[in-house]
Amino acid sequence: MAAPLTLLLLVAVTVRAALYRSSLADLISERVEVVSPLTAWKRVVEGLALLDLGVSPYSGDVFHETPLIIYLFHFLVDYAEITFMLADVITAVALYLSVKDYNKQVFRKQKYALEADRYPLDCLELIRSPKEMQYIPLKVAMFYLLNPFTILSCVAKSTCGLNNAVIALFVLSTIKGNSRTHSSPAEGNSIYPLTLCAAALLYLLQRQYIPVNLRRFSFWWFVAQYAFMYLGSLFVIVGLSFFLLGSWDFLPSVYGFILSVPDLTPNIGLFWYFFAEMFEHFRLFFLCVFQINVFFYTVPLSIKLKEHPVFLIFMQLAVISIFKSYPTVGDIALYMAFLPVWSHLHRFLRNIFLVSCVLLACSALFPVLWHLWIYAGSANSNFYYAITLLFNVAQILLVSDYFYAFLRREHHLSHGLYLKRKDGSEATLVLK
Amino acid sequence: MGLLSDPNRRRALISLLTRLNAPICVVCYMAGVAWFMGLAFEPFTLRTYMSENAMGSTMVEERFPAGERALGTGREFSAHKKKAGGMPVDWLVKTMQSRGLEVFTQRFSRRLPFPDEDKERYMVKGTNVYGILRAPRAPRTEALVLSAPCSPGDDNNQAVGVLLGLAQYFRNQVFWAKDIIFLVNEHDLIGMQAWLEGYHHTNTTGMDWSPLQGRGGSIQAALSLELSSDVVTSLDLVLEGLNGQLPNLDLANLFYAFCQKIGVLCTTQGKLQRNDWDSVSGYSHAVQTMMLMVMKQASGRPWGDHGLFLRYHIEAATIKGINSFRQYKTDATTIGRLLEGMYRKLNNLLERLHQSYFFYLMPSLSHFVSIGYYMPAFGLLALILLLRALDLWIQLATPPPGVLSVLTPLVISHLTGVALYTLPIHFQEIAVEHFPVSETEAVVLTAIAVYTAGLALPHNTHRLLTGRGTENGWKVLKLVAVLYLAVLLGCTALINFSLGFILALTLVPVAAFVTPDLCSATPACTLLFSVFLFQELQEMPVSFLDGWMLYLSVISQGILDHALYGSLVYPLVALLVYPCWLLFWNILFWK
Repeated sequence: MAAPLTLLLLVAVTVRAALYRSSLADLISERVEVVSPLTAWKRVVEGLALLDLGVSPYSGDVFHETPLIIYLFHFLVDYAEITFMLADVITAVALYLSVKDYNKQVFRKQKYALEADRYPLDCLELIRSPKEMQYIPLKVAMFYLLNPFTILSCVAKSTCGLNNAVIALFVLSTIKGNSRTHSSPAEGNSIYPLTLCAAALLYLLQRQYIPVNLRRFSFWWFVAQYAFMYLGSLFVIVGLSFFLLGSWDFLPSVYGFILSVPDLTPNIGLFWYFFAEMFEHFRLFFLCVFQINVFFYTVPLSIKLKEHPVFLIFMQLAVISIFKSYPTVGDIALYMAFLPVWSHLHRFLRNIFLVSCVLLACSALFPVLWHLWIYAGSANSNFYYAITLLFNVAQILLVSDYFYAFLRREHHLSHGLYLKRKDGSEATLVLK
Repeated sequence: MGLLSDPNRRRALISLLTRLNAPICVVCYMAGVAWFMGLAFEPFTLRTYMSENAMGSTMVEERFPAGERALGTGREFSAHKKKAGGMPVDWLVKTMQSRGLEVFTQRFSRRLPFPDEDKERYMVKGTNVYGILRAPRAPRTEALVLSAPCSPGDDNNQAVGVLLGLAQYFRNQVFWAKDIIFLVNEHDLIGMQAWLEGYHHTNTTGMDWSPLQGRGGSIQAALSLELSSDVVTSLDLVLEGLNGQLPNLDLANLFYAFCQKIGVLCTTQGKLQRNDWDSVSGYSHAVQTMMLMVMKQASGRPWGDHGLFLRYHIEAATIKGINSFRQYKTDATTIGRLLEGMYRKLNNLLERLHQSYFFYLMPSLSHFVSIGYYMPAFGLLALILLLRALDLWIQLATPPPGVLSVLTPLVISHLTGVALYTLPIHFQEIAVEHFPVSETEAVVLTAIAVYTAGLALPHNTHRLLTGRGTENGWKVLKLVAVLYLAVLLGCTALINFSLGFILALTLVPVAAFVTPDLCSATPACTLLFSVFLFQELQEMPVSFLDGWMLYLSVISQGILDHALYGSLVYPLVALLVYPCWLLFWNILFWK
């Protein structure tokens, strides 16, 4: 497996290097779909310049990334392109290894279930074979590296690539079984990966064979251990940032900025248009509503998917990418990289054609409507927000379609593939 | 969540769509064409109205007196132009200075990629002369532009005369709140491009110009005047600009309102409005006017010197004086009063024109069709492509298709498109060495040669690929090609509706019904057909040979427009439409 992966990495690095040397690099790094006020490379350079002058990089509302990033680039600014390419490579390799491990566990669980005769007889065609699962890790790496969104994000030198690398390393260490310390860098960069720790917790519980029972002591003991390690490492990261920077003003500039959304530059998210037209009186209320929306799906999803924590990680990543305050296409590329893992669900997916057409059309229309709005002056922000809304609706439809397909397959695995009503006639599953 | 989640209803809808796919597509096509033709029918259009409050009424008293003196100045200009053999720079500078303007000149030069045979120029060098009338008591933050081209021969002398007459008259007024820039540009669009680039400090087309020494503020509106006779019978308004961009409809409304007030006949596309909309000839007249606008917008070239202003978000239009065989003649004083009235109103603007529509079609100067009314015509045509795509997807659903077999035709088609875009200009020297043709003919013939060579590709690529003649292979390719065409036409229609609609009209039937046996038309045929149709609409029908020469010149003008002004039609057709259509051509020769 190493040879195809190496070839893929070489191709990906070549494509990115070629684009770095072309004239498109400047054009791409200005696109609002690819960079946001959080992740823009221009702002990192500004922060570095301020740091060199001895001023705090957070003065002046320019730089909004964590101090760790700015100190990393303090030493690596001459090798920035290599750093971003390396981050993409690390993400791809981490996803490759984690999916390989996950597939092994899925196959092992399936084998035990088959031996214990837990599947009804007519759903044998839903059982997965090692042959079909052999190329999935390579496909995952390919989906991430050769996704146009990822390439655009890397060429624009958006720090989203570094965030993706940290999240991928977190997923890898979760699946390998010891994620307590690795989650906090992910959460340190932005607040939203906090929701991933519920999924990681469920995965580790499953791995340790501790049942999720609210009355059992072992469950609460494990949760307490996990929370203690997590909060501890979070404090370590925040403290390290404080010692590097020398003051606490990164807290309002990074976390306060993400939560209070003061900058309303258009992007592919849902926040900017709403808050541009909102009265000051209601701003706090709607801010709370929008931010709770991101975190809220953790609760029902965790309850429903407590047996399938890796799918829960996928759903959480998707929900974060869609509903966060400053999304970019790099975030979308990360959860889309997981789609080959669920390729066995294709027979239950219902709207995949419509969704892919809409996503393709919207990606093509974003630059057209931006041009009409900003340069030609013939359109206005409504046109651009319409495409943003359509894009997000399509993503939500994609995620809910995969959720439906996953649940339906689980239902069939426990109740049989050809469903019968009580009187023996054929039944169909309807989602109400 | 009925339709998307209820499997019974889904199945019923999908079976309906697959059973009746071809009839629904035909019905959609007819409906789209009928909708488009119905747009010119007067009860379906809206009367134009002034949307901007600051330009509400035409309550201005125009008092411009000096029409005859303006014509005299025009005759002096003509004499000096003949003597100087081009732009009489010194005379113009002296005249403008004597009228109290701040005068500046700008030199520019440009070597065209190949000689322009229509205007007979290759190495263009010229000078623009412009004078700024500073607003007496206002900060110098905004400006208006009045321009007249310095054309070779006897054209547009009266325009420059009226411009100078107006400059002298405006100098004596005290109520100007914006600077007025009086511009005389040489070599029409090339000079205008140089001036605009110098004014806005951009350099997108690689032209060589000297920097502007004097500037006004940000330009709010501009008018370009073309007047070649002492008296006119009507005034024609030209709106279409670069890449099919149109100025705000309020500018056209302003012109129309003042023509009504002063009593001058006004036309659009050179056609006078008729009152008998319920008769067949009246309706066909309106259709002709609208189709002329559609064809001009689709060509993507600026049809007057104003066309280049629109790119900088400056509303601009060209006013042409037409002298035909009518009894009632309008003299220069009246034209001067009209322009004075329009500029007084533009002076009142507090912000740029943005209240009225930017996307519209005009079957006549007093009626318009907005984007909300004409987009469904295009939407119906795009729907055909989506229905075909859905049909193909359902046919291919078992087994799931492999996308990799589509990659080879895609890559080869796009490489051919890149060749069509880059080769004609680069190989003109080699072509001139080996063949007895001029450079322009070399460029055009190379383009046609690359185009035809692309048509021969499927036969050759099939010999290279083995086992690609599978039954379902062409369906996968068709699915990808249909979706690609739908997205491409959608994006084109948003930027330039007319180009998108004409391409859709001709390419959608081909794309929807192509199978490995049916024959198809090509985009080149579309262009040829459009050229003939355009000449018919202008009531100057041509014979086949003249039409062919016109066709070749259209291709060369398209390539020149792209090199000189950044028009998008040639790169769009070469790099996107042609490869997309080559995919369909591949399907045709699949076996």
